[in-house]
Amino acid sequence: MSRLSDHNVVLAQEIIARYPKPKSALIPLLHLSQEQNGFITEDAMRHIAELIGVTPAEVYGTASFYEMFRFEPTGRYLINVCGTMSCALLGADALMHHAEEKLGVKAGDTTADGLITLQHAECQAACTEAPTLQVNYRYRYRVTPESFDELVDDLRAGKLEAEIPPHGTLGRNRQRIPADRAVGARHPDDVDEAPAWIEVSSEDAP
Amino acid sequence: MSIVSPYPWAPGFYPGDRPEIVTSRFRYEDGHTLERYHATGGYEGLRAALAKSPSEVADEVKNSTLLGRGGAGFPAGTKWGFTPAGVWPRYLVVNGDESEPGTYKDRLLMECDPHQLIEGCLIASYAAGLSQCFLYIRGEMALAHERMATALNEAYAAGYIGRNILDTDLSVDIVLHWGAGAYVVGEETALIESLEGERGMPRLKPPYFPAAIGLYGQPTIVNNVETLSNLPFIAREGSVAYTSIGTATSPGTRMIAVSGHVVRPGVYEIVNGSTTFRDLIYGDDFAQGIRDGNELKAFVPGGGSAPWFLPDQLDVPFEGREASAAGSMLGSGAVMVMDSTTDIPAAALTLVRFYAHESCGKCVPCREGGTWLARLVERIVAGRGTDADLRTILEVGESICPGEMPHAASARLGLDAVPFPYKMTTICFVGPSAYAPIHSALTLFPEEFEARVTARAERRTIPVAVEVA
Repeated sequence: MSRLSDHNVVLAQEIIARYPKPKSALIPLLHLSQEQNGFITEDAMRHIAELIGVTPAEVYGTASFYEMFRFEPTGRYLINVCGTMSCALLGADALMHHAEEKLGVKAGDTTADGLITLQHAECQAACTEAPTLQVNYRYRYRVTPESFDELVDDLRAGKLEAEIPPHGTLGRNRQRIPADRAVGARHPDDVDEAPAWIEVSSEDAP
Repeated sequence: MSIVSPYPWAPGFYPGDRPEIVTSRFRYEDGHTLERYHATGGYEGLRAALAKSPSEVADEVKNSTLLGRGGAGFPAGTKWGFTPAGVWPRYLVVNGDESEPGTYKDRLLMECDPHQLIEGCLIASYAAGLSQCFLYIRGEMALAHERMATALNEAYAAGYIGRNILDTDLSVDIVLHWGAGAYVVGEETALIESLEGERGMPRLKPPYFPAAIGLYGQPTIVNNVETLSNLPFIAREGSVAYTSIGTATSPGTRMIAVSGHVVRPGVYEIVNGSTTFRDLIYGDDFAQGIRDGNELKAFVPGGGSAPWFLPDQLDVPFEGREASAAGSMLGSGAVMVMDSTTDIPAAALTLVRFYAHESCGKCVPCREGGTWLARLVERIVAGRGTDADLRTILEVGESICPGEMPHAASARLGLDAVPFPYKMTTICFVGPSAYAPIHSALTLFPEEFEARVTARAERRTIPVAVEVA
């Protein structure tokens, strides 16, 4: 089940073809598998290894470096509460306390119904709108205890499904490079001439 | 969840009676669409560039003295010139991994004006002679990704990206790439490692200067989102128009985020070089002063990595050399303001913890030192610190940044400034960044630490066995 679906394998091949070397597609493919399964499974890592021609250990080696990849089941909604300086100066700590009380879990845990995972997060690049949080990487600004409660109630009531896709889905759209427009990625060893619009002077000539 | 910005689609952004080089389309709710871009001069810079030779375009950018906006502030045109002649292929990597604490501008540029960034990438690709561009966006920015994906799809369909752009010889692919959550990947060599599918650990420079040995070992230009977003203006209006704004050493504009204890936290496009921190923090057109009528205590002038400034430094302008002489740096355009109610050790802790957490683990002084700094400061903030801990902080710091550590002057303490930069024992700036905030806090507010370590909580005894009655 947790290997990439046939549909996603087609997408994966399209992504791999965009890079001069297939391993560059590793992080995008991990995102694709997390979108499919909600977290990164061992089978998915084996499958990705096959697709890009590396070992499963190399896939895990890279995946484990990055915080967005989760290796265990995660709530449909991942709430990341920022705690870095600008948010801390404007009450991030109190917000996190409130969030723990409201959800009945400690930061790092998932609610018993499996709906919401709560996490500490670092700077989210929204420092002027502190304190901030993200739900599946969608922002909420200047969060108050009241607006937090409302958010959780709305999530539980399914009111935000159109705005916030389930955890793992990053973009609700994708880049598609039309075949008739693509320049195409070539392995760097296969390119040794200047691009067509560059006049090569005698000193530049290889 | 109120958004008080005049443009709800650009939360935190405030326009003003100032030149607009990169934020001119923020006023339009549909500023991210190709239609609006076309209606507002979009892709004219690319057309102007294509009418010239690549080297003429490169010269124009060089003459503009456009300084990189990622943090280091190196001139972009000069950086391009470091690619070795006759070595192909070359690559362009766009650094959209904005994550320096306090920094909030590249995300807005990607969300509100993605075509401007695309046009900038195309101009750079034309001038530098490369046909593969990778747009690396921080993973946690879902909307920026969606907007960029839509804009790229539109631009491919309209013939701006891909084979034979606008029926010329120029052929460039722009590939949207996702990060996955790692601050250190904002460092250019770590960004390249990550783009190669590896753990995002910085490479040693030399030899791995990206311009010479970058992506896949090839010459690679790494530019920040804001830097590239300036190129359409420069190509369209010329370097003279660009340098007529700002000062000779810091031309053009810069996007600056002011956050923390100010009346109107916001993102502002400021005139570079001449605008001062006083303008920015107190000006009516900017952050409008300290909240609740409080006093300013200290501020971080250039992102979490930067040594702190005091009210003594308010008249320093946004000019690199002046900021360095005053003991800090302009970094990534992020000012974080602390008022008189701020608990300085606790404020410093939020940054020390950040950098300790974000250490990639490659260099020992950062991996071990950052962790120790975080533990020491945590203990002091919790009231369990000792005098010896204060000395240990300086010792650990010495192992990351040997010699004199830059700091601001303080009239109150009779301290002179120690100019930026510092020496460092680590490959990248994450290690020194863990030390800079706590060094500043401890140097400029020693009494807050001394009070914390002497007035520590009474020792509690923990019985190891229940006494038998």
